[in-house]
Amino acid sequence: MLKYSLITLIFSLLLGVYTPGMAADASSDENTSGPFIPKAQRRYSDTQGCVEPTDEMRTNHMEYILDQRDATVHEGIRTKQYSLTECINCHVSAAPDAPHADSEKHFCNSCHTYAGVTIDCFQCHADRPVKSRFQPLSKNGGHPVNTAGAPVALTAEQPQVLANEGIGNE
Amino acid sequence: MSEESNIDIYRRRFLSGTATAAAGLAVSPGVLLTEVAHAKPADEAVTSAVRWGMLIDTNKCNNGCNDCVTACNEEHNLEGFGRPTTDAQWIRTVDLKDKQTGNVQTLPMLCQHCEHPPCVDVCPTGASFKRDDGIVLVDKHICIGCRYCMMACPYKARSFVHETLHDQMPYSPRGKGTVESCTFCVHRVDEDMQPACVEACSANDHNAMTFGDMNDPDSSLSQQLKQYSSRQIRADLELNTGVRYRGI
Repeated sequence: MLKYSLITLIFSLLLGVYTPGMAADASSDENTSGPFIPKAQRRYSDTQGCVEPTDEMRTNHMEYILDQRDATVHEGIRTKQYSLTECINCHVSAAPDAPHADSEKHFCNSCHTYAGVTIDCFQCHADRPVKSRFQPLSKNGGHPVNTAGAPVALTAEQPQVLANEGIGNE
Repeated sequence: MSEESNIDIYRRRFLSGTATAAAGLAVSPGVLLTEVAHAKPADEAVTSAVRWGMLIDTNKCNNGCNDCVTACNEEHNLEGFGRPTTDAQWIRTVDLKDKQTGNVQTLPMLCQHCEHPPCVDVCPTGASFKRDDGIVLVDKHICIGCRYCMMACPYKARSFVHETLHDQMPYSPRGKGTVESCTFCVHRVDEDMQPACVEACSANDHNAMTFGDMNDPDSSLSQQLKQYSSRQIRADLELNTGVRYRGI
């Protein structure tokens, strides 16, 4: 009997200590508004920040990226809207000291650390915008952040493409 | 007579000089001799109407020239770890020596992008696949690193990544525990550009590599394949390779 009462006592003590703690955490969440999320480099359009409404992206970004992944790898579809490369180009700074994916200051990892979800995207994929020798023709959806070296003259349709993406609005 | 012959010599020198200058102009660095004329909108899937292929003229491959290999390593950031037997290698040069005459030929060896790829046949997960336009790839999201494909490939074209990698290129994701090989620079091909090795070869005035659509009879590749005799390596395996060689 003594044993059971001791266990009950310990449980009640634990609960007693822990419940106010939980309440305190919840209230501090409201104050700091969850994880630190770095600001994106540009807007998708005048009315929309990301490629889908922000709530939708926060809930379902992985679905968009997954669909795009298979379309790109297997069918060569290289549209920019849901491209992981473009996520990184917009959400991660191109500065040399920009955080890597293992840092809590990295856009993806800030939330994923907070939510306790481990992702392995960046074991293979670049976690920061990379300047490279390869400069795709932008008519097929090039990477504006990636253009390295000498500036290339814009073709007739490029300003429209850039305007559609909200780059020209900056 | 002696004056005339001197004039002839001067003429010859002048003509050969201008010819060299003209040749230099024609293949100045960075200018593509053959444009890939298959504009595909970014939102359209590749189709089997196109089959990408390559012709390598080994007569134009100088012994010791490594430009295609260097270009590939730079393009995909294939860094070595000081372990030549296991370091990733998407294209390598192979020396062929005729033991009787001592003649040595150098040729680049890369994934041959077979029509019937043995690597795809043996893959247990479906990670090894052939795109509709004939480019053989590894979907590293599905690859479990079993390396059956490496055993199956008659060309020793595939590598396994043994090390944790950093600073991968955005268009060329690579990671530990997966198998990889030449992609025909699929990120470039989808943007109507030539593979990095072909671009480097023509930029350095070697012009040993031609890339193009084997299904298009008007492409520079098809024209050359029609005009000159070429060979598939291990043609006896009937894999119908996408990479053909001249001069071997």
